[in-house]
Amino acid sequence: MEMSISTDQQCRFLRELLYIRMVEESVAKEYAVQEMRCPVHLSIGQEAVAVGVCQALSKTDWTFSAHRSHANYLAKGGDVQAMIAELYGKQTGCAQGRAGSMHLADPSVHMMGTSPIVGGIIPVAVGAAFGHWQEHSSTMTAVFFGDGATEEGVFAESLNFAALKNLNILFVCENNRYSVYSPLSVRRPLDCSRVNIVSAHGIRTLCGDGNDVEEVYLLANQAIAHMQEGKGPVYLELETYRFREHCGHEFDDHLNYRPKEEVAYFNAHCPLTKYSEKLMAKQVVSKDELKEWRAYIAKQIDDCFAHAKHAPYPDVSTLELYTWAE
Amino acid sequence: MGRVNSDRQCQFSDAIYEGLYQSLAHDACVSLIGLGVTDPKGIFGTTLGLEEAFGEKRVMDMPTSENAMTGIVIGASLTGARPILNHQRIDFALLSLDQIINNAAKWHYTFNGQMKVPIVIRMIIGMGWGQGSQHSQSLQSIFAHIPGLKVVMPSNAYDAKGMLTAAVQDDNPVIFLEHRWLHHMQDYVPKEYYCCDLDHAKLLKKGADLTIISSSFWTTESLLAAKYLEKDGISVSILDLRSVMPLDKVAIIDASKQTGRVLIVDGAYPHCSVASEIMALLSESLWGRLKCAPRRLTFPACPTPTSHALANHYYPRYWKIANSVRKMLGYDEKPLNAYDIDEHTKLDIPNKEFTGPF
Repeated sequence: MEMSISTDQQCRFLRELLYIRMVEESVAKEYAVQEMRCPVHLSIGQEAVAVGVCQALSKTDWTFSAHRSHANYLAKGGDVQAMIAELYGKQTGCAQGRAGSMHLADPSVHMMGTSPIVGGIIPVAVGAAFGHWQEHSSTMTAVFFGDGATEEGVFAESLNFAALKNLNILFVCENNRYSVYSPLSVRRPLDCSRVNIVSAHGIRTLCGDGNDVEEVYLLANQAIAHMQEGKGPVYLELETYRFREHCGHEFDDHLNYRPKEEVAYFNAHCPLTKYSEKLMAKQVVSKDELKEWRAYIAKQIDDCFAHAKHAPYPDVSTLELYTWAE
Repeated sequence: MGRVNSDRQCQFSDAIYEGLYQSLAHDACVSLIGLGVTDPKGIFGTTLGLEEAFGEKRVMDMPTSENAMTGIVIGASLTGARPILNHQRIDFALLSLDQIINNAAKWHYTFNGQMKVPIVIRMIIGMGWGQGSQHSQSLQSIFAHIPGLKVVMPSNAYDAKGMLTAAVQDDNPVIFLEHRWLHHMQDYVPKEYYCCDLDHAKLLKKGADLTIISSSFWTTESLLAAKYLEKDGISVSILDLRSVMPLDKVAIIDASKQTGRVLIVDGAYPHCSVASEIMALLSESLWGRLKCAPRRLTFPACPTPTSHALANHYYPRYWKIANSVRKMLGYDEKPLNAYDIDEHTKLDIPNKEFTGPF
């Protein structure tokens, strides 16, 4: 399917990539100060997956994600100030400090929840798609998860039910090749194809370069068209790479758990650098414009951090609040 | 909520059916999902005909995927649905502990009250006829341990219907535990839709000598034990817990103070059990104010055996309850024939009509 991407869209894609990268770099920088006292799984290197998919979805579509969810949250339009404050455990956070980095949600933009029990979020997303199906709604649901999540049994159970009911659910697998430090080679037989497992459930599969935002966008559009035609769920697997450690703000390549050539390859295929070079080469965006964007975003982020640092902590009297729905 | 009077007799399983039917009729957001819900036996007859009445989008069978299906009803509830998920045995629900404990119980709290998970998970507790170690567990304490889950255990048909409809209306995830041996028991049950409260224990019987605290099927066994004890002039109070989370602490303390002697009958493993929790409450609240040390009567701390030769001695049945009461009051235990049990009595079935298998 041929589909053109306008220069306006290209600018938006780049700006989103830059915005998420800059937020994450700022989190990384400030994390060392030890005031954000919760585990963070940074999205640096994997932004194009979130941006490409969320640009293809409409605002009213629902998304869910797992532990590495900052990019997914921001790309869906989640409130950045509320996210930063949440990382600081502040009253103004998106969950007033009850959630932290591993449980981001912003229901106002239908980013409906995240969970670090990797595969555990997948059936919840399928359930949302099922709820929409029950009420004859055309709302789409997308769920982001890593390659590790596909090894939990609930993934196969979820695929089966999604196919059984022909639900409008887009499974987005961000394959960054590692479950923490464990490479795919210790987790799956070499000749075992995840895509074959999925397609054996009767689900349409699409694969592509998760570091190419336009490719992701086009694939996501193809997936959405497939669902809109009533053809049921789609599994989208995107190759990508995490630049920093699994959890935390540092680089961890000195541990040598990833081949040097592999790291070098993905560093050379950074989704942000590649795309900004491409758009500059095509004169879609100029160096000066990029500089202006950077300055604007940096100011916005600085404000968020300043706000978060000065915001009050939640009152201890609210400790047990919301254990029960009244 | 006061009891709605009715002169209609109805058995427990039919009360469950009515509760399901009327919940589906009452609110179009309610749906019913479970393995066997639409099969020819319809979960011991409790779901028969509901698919025809409400359509296949609201009443449906499901894949044997307990974990995913629990996540799926959680996700559906975020869209405004009020699903009821069924398990023919509680033991199968163990496959879904990740979804129940990590997601259902925590969603409302973690996301700061912005979303809620109004689901009911109906789990049936099996017993007898060789159900064995994985078809007859009674795991209320596992669920009651988790903040954010309500855990209810009705002991009679009236509560079965009214607590089920109330569980469906509740905005929290509710674990609805239904003992298979209650299914044939009769009670007065109003025909119309009604809801009971999910928070309060009920004093079913007032006596002078000792207070029995129990729930679910074990309340009916306690009532039976009380009849035998009355023949010897022993009168007991019986407090039916109805809900084990929340636990009605006020009612437990009041009923315990009233006689000064407490026997907790909890059909479950003893360690870290609801019985243990009540013991803790008694020592915190009534330290030195009881006439004797409170006692627990539970399963032994071993899995349920299959052979009836062993299983018949496993459960805290009415004769054991009565003998425990006698012991606490300083009387001798009575032999089985004093409880109308002889070598021909079949103790592994709920009634003479029951011919297995589940």
